[in-house]
Amino acid sequence: MEAGIVSYGAYVPRHRITPAEIGRVWGVDGEAMGQGLNVRRKSVPDPDEDTITISTEALRTALVRGGIDPQQIGALYVGSESHPYAVKPTATVVAQAVGATPNLTAADFEFACKAGTAAIQTCLGLVGAGMIRYGVAIGTDTSQGAPGDALEYSASAGGAAYVIGKENVICRVHATASYTTDTPDFWRREGQKYPSHGGRFTGEPAYFRHVTECARRIMEIAGTTPKDYGHVVFHQPNGKFPLRAGKQLGFSDAQMRYGLVTPSIGNTYSAAALLGLANVLDHAGPGERVLVVGYGSGAGSDAFDLETTDALATFERGYGRPVEYFLEHGDEISYATYAKVRGKIQMGGD
Amino acid sequence: MSIARFWRETPRRYNLGGSKCTVCGTVYFPPRAVCPECTSHRQSIERMVPFQLSGEGEVISYTVVHDAAEGFDMQVPYALGLVRTPEGPVLTGQIVDIEPGEVRIGLKVRATFRKLREEGASGVIHYGYKFTPLDDSGVLPPARGPVGPVPGKDAPRAERSPA
Repeated sequence: MEAGIVSYGAYVPRHRITPAEIGRVWGVDGEAMGQGLNVRRKSVPDPDEDTITISTEALRTALVRGGIDPQQIGALYVGSESHPYAVKPTATVVAQAVGATPNLTAADFEFACKAGTAAIQTCLGLVGAGMIRYGVAIGTDTSQGAPGDALEYSASAGGAAYVIGKENVICRVHATASYTTDTPDFWRREGQKYPSHGGRFTGEPAYFRHVTECARRIMEIAGTTPKDYGHVVFHQPNGKFPLRAGKQLGFSDAQMRYGLVTPSIGNTYSAAALLGLANVLDHAGPGERVLVVGYGSGAGSDAFDLETTDALATFERGYGRPVEYFLEHGDEISYATYAKVRGKIQMGGD
Repeated sequence: MSIARFWRETPRRYNLGGSKCTVCGTVYFPPRAVCPECTSHRQSIERMVPFQLSGEGEVISYTVVHDAAEGFDMQVPYALGLVRTPEGPVLTGQIVDIEPGEVRIGLKVRATFRKLREEGASGVIHYGYKFTPLDDSGVLPPARGPVGPVPGKDAPRAERSPA
C-alpha cells in the first residue's frame, strides 16, 4: 500500500479534573475509582471549545508540520460522537478554517470511538486509488458521561488529525483490517444528552472480543507476531482495558508505554487511539513498527500495521505541542467549575 | 448578528484574511478596498490584494472583563487584548488559556480557533479567532500562524499600521 501518514497534529484542552474531585461530590471514593480505571486526571474543554475548534487546532498543527498546502486536500473527514450540530457537518467548518475549501469532499463520521480510524481507512482508499492527493482524517470528541455515572470519571476531550498522502510519508501503512458486529454495549439515542451503556457488558463481549480478534487478524494478514512491534496502541476507554488486552495478546508494558495516554487525560473517545499513535510518532525514530487497534462501541475495531520511515527523522515536529505536553500539563478545576463549563447546571432565562 | 453578515465575514474571522496595498505595502485588517495611506487613494483602486495575517502577535494593551458581553457570561472574568501583529494591523481579541491576572503587556500570543457565540440553543454557532499565549510554558515554539492560502506572502511587510 503506497498511501501513508504524511503528517499529524494533536490538541487537548487545558483544564483537568481528578476522579477524587468527582467522587467527592457523589459520595464515592473517587480516588479508588480512578485507580480502578487507571485514570489520574481527565481533560475538560473550555466553554468556547468543541469538536470543531479542537479538530481545527489539531489539523492546523498537522498542516504546518507537514508543509502541506491546504488547497491540495481532496477529502476531509471528522470522526466524532460529539459533533456540535446534529445537521451541519463539522468537516465544513474545519475545512474552511484551514483554508481547504471549496474543491474537496467533506463529511462527518460517527462510529462511537472509532470514527477517526474509519476516516483514516477511507482516506487510504481515496489516496491509494489516486483520486485525491491528500486526505485528512480527524478523530475528536468532547464526550460527557451523565452526572454521577461511571463514565463521568473518564469521559474527556481531545483531538488528533492525520494527513494521508503518498509523498514524504513518515509512517507507512502495510495493512489495515476491521472487525465489526452488532453488539449493543454503549449507545446514545437521538435527542439524548448523555449516552447509556451495558455496564460490565462493555468488557468481554464488546471491547476485548473486537480488539483482540482484530489485532490477531491484522497480524495474520501481515505475517507478524507481537514481538515484531516496537509500539502498540489500543483504544483506551480507561487505562486498564488496553493493558489487559495487550497482555492477552502477548505485548509487554514497554511496547504500550507511549501509546497509552488515557491515564493522564482521560478517555478522549474518537481521539483516544489517535492521540496514543501521535505520542508514539512524537517519540519514534525511523524503521519502527507500530500496531494500532481502535475500537468503537456498537461495535467494531479497525487495526493498522504501520512502520515509520526515514522521513520521520527529518519531520518538523516543532509546530504545535507534543502529546507529552498535554499529558504533563493542565490546570485542575473543581467539580463546580466543571459542572458550569460542561453545561450541567440548569440556567435561568430561556 | 444575521447569518448572512457573519457568513460574509468568515474569511477574516476564521483565517485572519486581510488586504494589502500593492502600491505602498500597508496591510489592513479587516480588509479594505482602498488604501487611505496612499497619497492619492485612487492609486490603490484595484491594486489591493487579499493578505492573510500570520496569526502571531504581541499584547500591547488589555483589559479584564468582569461584566460580560452577551454570550460570554460563562467565561468571566476574561481578558480582552489589543494584539499588534508583525504585519502591522492591531487586532482586538479575547486572550484564552491563561488566567486573566497573568496577562501582561508584551505577552507573545498566537491566533487560535474558538467558538465566539451561539444563537441560542437551536441557532447557528459562530467561530473565529482568539489569542493563546505562546510563552506560558516555553514548550510551544514561535508561531507560524493559521494555515491557508497566503497571497503575496513574500511581499515586504508594511511599516505602518492602519489607524
